[in-house]
Amino acid sequence: MNEIELLEAVQRTVSRRMFIKGVIAAGAATSSVGYLFRGPAAVFALPSIQGSVGRLVTLNVNGQQRRVDVLPQETLAMTLRYKLGLTGTKLGCDRAECGACTVLVDGTNHYSCSMLTRSAVGREITTIEGLESEDGTLHPVQQAVVDEGGFQCAFCAPGFIMSMVALVEANPNPTREETAQALSGNLCRCGDYDKILTSAMRAAEYARREA
Amino acid sequence: MAVIRDMMPAFELFRPVSVDDALQLMARHGEAAWALAGGLDTFDWLKDRIKRPEAVIDLGAISEMRGITADRGGLTIGAMTTLTEVATSPEVVESFSLLSMAAFHVATPQIRNQGTIGGNVAQDTRCWYYRGGWPCYRAGGNICYAAAPKAMNREHCILGAKRCVAVNPSDTAPALIALDAQMVIRSAGGERVVAAEDFFMSPAVDITRMTVLEPDELLTEIRIPETWSRARFYFEKVRDRQSWDFSLVTVASAMRMSGGRVQDARIVVNGVAPRPVRVTEAESVLIGSPANESIGLAAGEAAIRRAKPLRHNDFKRPLMRNLIRRAIRGQEA
Repeated sequence: MNEIELLEAVQRTVSRRMFIKGVIAAGAATSSVGYLFRGPAAVFALPSIQGSVGRLVTLNVNGQQRRVDVLPQETLAMTLRYKLGLTGTKLGCDRAECGACTVLVDGTNHYSCSMLTRSAVGREITTIEGLESEDGTLHPVQQAVVDEGGFQCAFCAPGFIMSMVALVEANPNPTREETAQALSGNLCRCGDYDKILTSAMRAAEYARREA
Repeated sequence: MAVIRDMMPAFELFRPVSVDDALQLMARHGEAAWALAGGLDTFDWLKDRIKRPEAVIDLGAISEMRGITADRGGLTIGAMTTLTEVATSPEVVESFSLLSMAAFHVATPQIRNQGTIGGNVAQDTRCWYYRGGWPCYRAGGNICYAAAPKAMNREHCILGAKRCVAVNPSDTAPALIALDAQMVIRSAGGERVVAAEDFFMSPAVDITRMTVLEPDELLTEIRIPETWSRARFYFEKVRDRQSWDFSLVTVASAMRMSGGRVQDARIVVNGVAPRPVRVTEAESVLIGSPANESIGLAAGEAAIRRAKPLRHNDFKRPLMRNLIRRAIRGQEA
């Protein structure tokens, strides 16, 4: 098989998305290897100044403990996407102005673009990847969105879905008005709000049925 | 404008677990220190590379700065209590619903889940010339771009301008002033308590600061006295869109009635001056009178008498007058 044929074969089997994810995972592995070679003294060195932070942290993401090398100025969205390969969390504006990066932190929705990863240490982080159960069953909110065809381009969908999850957990029986209020921190540039609200109402219904 | 620029520039990050540790760090780093609460104001400055602190002191791990406790009929609210917690706290909703309403009107659910009441009152102004990094008076320069002949100043101030025409953007600030809250400020040197009314800085005194907080000081808690518990409250925030947006004009008022007449009142307006304005002109028209439409209009007119609009914000005068009128006549009318 010559080079071009090989490339084509790879392209047939590996989607662009999977390829990007693979690159991200490889990058994360390399960067942590660099640390391991320096030995435990560098990795676990106690902060020299009172209250100052170390770089290697453990994050609780989707129920897993993830060790990751984090810069002090790094936002949670950056860590999730580019260090942990959780690209379901989108970066839209990076300014807490669009909601695409919404994740749950201790059960409430936050903009991960506007929170330092260090501030999320010790807290329970849930991203869109963590919603489905282990056997692949969709979360009732995800199922509701699929059934209602709630989004058009769906770039904003992961953020909206995380806000919907926060809503149905806090208020299992919301009115359409309360739903709109709960989703008021997420923007949809396709302007698909009506269908999104209908999906959210169905999501609450599915969640009640499951409870 | 929102522009993604890979990452924020590097800084040293500290996460102290007590106020004392935080104050020590603030004292050690002086002007290079930056106190970080929820971060919703902070990160814009850092991402735009306009403010470049060397040491960021994240107050998020200090548990003594969080929570709401009942205190002799009043409340003590830790400065790091989130706006969602303030908006939904049963104690706040029951006795000081004005503050609950104000906190609920801040930005979006996500921002309220992370933004704190301390950060909300201490936040910087939104004047885009200033936030865009233009070397204006507030940034240490010698010009105000927002008051220039062709400036875009629809959102700027109509009262209290002194070289700077930016407005205070806080929603909770006017409510706290109406409730006569006390701000507890600590530094390594000790503690001082400042009335909410005196907490906000006028550009005539110091044009580079929004509050009386010195670089080595922290706002640690906010005390709300019993005085205005369960009074007649009114809060209204007018903004261009019903989510996310900062206010154009906001009114917060507390009133005590006696025999159909107003016994005492505090009316505070924000979004019209570099600091929240207690409109004593309106209060003096109101006290001793019935709280009706015509008194409301008279009080509103009195409040805007000294207003000086800029090129694009004349609409704020009738808006401010009408919000005061609505605050006085209340929901019933």
